[in-house]
Amino acid sequence: MVIERRWKKWVFFYIPLTVFVIGTLFPFYWMLVTAIRPDAELYRSWRAVNNAPFWTLQPTLEHFRDLMAKTMFPRWLWNTFYIAVASTTISLFCGLLAGYALARLRFPMAGTLGTSIFVTYLVPPTLLFIPLADIIRDFQLGNTPWALILTYPTFLIPFCTWLLMGYFKTIPKELEECARIDGATRFGAMTRIIFPIAVPGILSAGIFAFTLSWNEFIYALIFLSSPERKTVPVGVVSELIRGDIYFWGQLMAGALLGSIPVALVYSFFVEYYVTGLTGSVKG
Amino acid sequence: MAQVMMKELNKKYDEVHAVKDVNLHIRDKEFVVLVGPSGCGKSTTLRMVAGLEEITAGEITIGDRIVNDLPPKDRDIAMVFQNYALYPHMTVYDNMAFGLKMRKFPKPEIAKRVQEAAEILGIQELLKRKPRQLSGGQRQRVAVGRAIVRHPQVFLFDEPLSNLDAKLRVQMRVELKRLHDRLETTAIYVTHDQVEAMTLGDRVVVMKDGWIQQVGEPLELYSKPANRFVAGFIGSPAMNFMDVSVAEANGALWAETPGLRVKAPASIAGRLGAYKGQRVTVGIRPEDLHIATGSDSADYSLDAVVEVVEPLGSEILLDVKVGQSVIVARVDPTVRAKLHDKLRLALLPEQLRFFDNKTELAI
Repeated sequence: MVIERRWKKWVFFYIPLTVFVIGTLFPFYWMLVTAIRPDAELYRSWRAVNNAPFWTLQPTLEHFRDLMAKTMFPRWLWNTFYIAVASTTISLFCGLLAGYALARLRFPMAGTLGTSIFVTYLVPPTLLFIPLADIIRDFQLGNTPWALILTYPTFLIPFCTWLLMGYFKTIPKELEECARIDGATRFGAMTRIIFPIAVPGILSAGIFAFTLSWNEFIYALIFLSSPERKTVPVGVVSELIRGDIYFWGQLMAGALLGSIPVALVYSFFVEYYVTGLTGSVKG
Repeated sequence: MAQVMMKELNKKYDEVHAVKDVNLHIRDKEFVVLVGPSGCGKSTTLRMVAGLEEITAGEITIGDRIVNDLPPKDRDIAMVFQNYALYPHMTVYDNMAFGLKMRKFPKPEIAKRVQEAAEILGIQELLKRKPRQLSGGQRQRVAVGRAIVRHPQVFLFDEPLSNLDAKLRVQMRVELKRLHDRLETTAIYVTHDQVEAMTLGDRVVVMKDGWIQQVGEPLELYSKPANRFVAGFIGSPAMNFMDVSVAEANGALWAETPGLRVKAPASIAGRLGAYKGQRVTVGIRPEDLHIATGSDSADYSLDAVVEVVEPLGSEILLDVKVGQSVIVARVDPTVRAKLHDKLRLALLPEQLRFFDNKTELAI
């Protein structure tokens, strides 16, 4: 019996898990190897005798140096960072208030409003950029960071609102009723009791919003044109692929550096993040 | 310290009329319990006093202020909730101090009051803990402590003991009673448990479907129920009801149904006279039935067949069949009754209650 169980555990647990882990991590490994491989190895023919595609024996940092010195990568990093922070802040602020209102206040059409906010989230950016481009042009925001800081909330606010609304609903309403009896106004009860309890939810909404704006591609591609205004995802792709020439080393170095901040953010808040999504508050 | 007045209080949600014309005068220092089945409007009434629900119509006065339009924080009340509602991110001390901090009390005063309350409730050792590190009973004590540090005019309790296990509930019930004797603060307490209502309340308000059914001292509700609902709700096991017809014979009124024929006691005969020839409901409490002996009059006894025997130790509950109906009798533990035994039960005539079949009011 015991032997059979061990056998089952391998087939249904360890092996699939291993396959999954390899499948998930391999692109990152590939990115890393490519980023530190010298050009001579990168552009060697696949069938060359000494070709070793999965590792390198002469690791180099030259792509990173080129990326920093010969492109505007540091500038893109900074652009991406402050655009992501600004749009996340705006979206969190609106999402907090809207989510709280939808979860707690009784007002006419509350249900319809909640659903319609969700529906706006479902409209794909690939369609939405067309009318948005018109608006951006009318307000003369094209090729400025505001073009992104103001358009990212169009998908971030619905997202934050829904995530936070769900989280607020898991917090017993007696907590704030009690606070209101104890001497707080409704706003006081919200900021002193509900928000501190909702920190895991707020953090995960923030992380998600930050990641989404950090990785956003299509709006950034369309609304920004001069190289010094670009964000990492767009800058790397548009400036390091020239015609049909791919600067693989720098591309991968850029991708690697671009994904580090997100990975850091996740690893710091992973515990909050999990409770934020599963939602559990005990009185 | 304050009295609470409710005048023609009404609460309507979209479709539901939850509280109907409630008039209630709660005196200063009184402990009043609102009791009733779920959905009877008792919690809604309490929440309107707290200011957590808007008042559809009517008026609530606390002390000498009309509070209809006052937010909860300005009503000078404290409330204890069923799920304790402790702030999970604060320590016990901060939980208890929160209300005082919000009211800008000086720190030494806060510390003094929290200490005082903690001593009364025996939770001094818990002050530095977080709520999740406490047991249910401890949490409930903290919730009560948070209410008493404020020295409010009125305490509101919304089923505070319902989440505790049976043994702890009895213990906390006694403590709440002692606490009220000590603090002498007006209290309104909501529960669905009639035992809690009877043991805690100076007066008990029985509610059903949004209406107040009866207001009275616990024993008054037990001995003089205003209607059939109160009679059945107060007392455990519940009062037995039988549908009978009223007939006149030998110069007296008799309540009759197949298997049962009892004489209406003289004290009630006058009022019951109007129902001659009609059907009414007669109510007999299980504890007013006993095994008949030679001295019991045949006018006040009935034949029964035992269907279920429930020995509880201090007493035995017998489910017996009388005619077509099954009733419960509460007899001495010395009675040796077996299934299908034929018994003759006697009743205390003065304890018989008669109810109008249409209005359900006591006759």
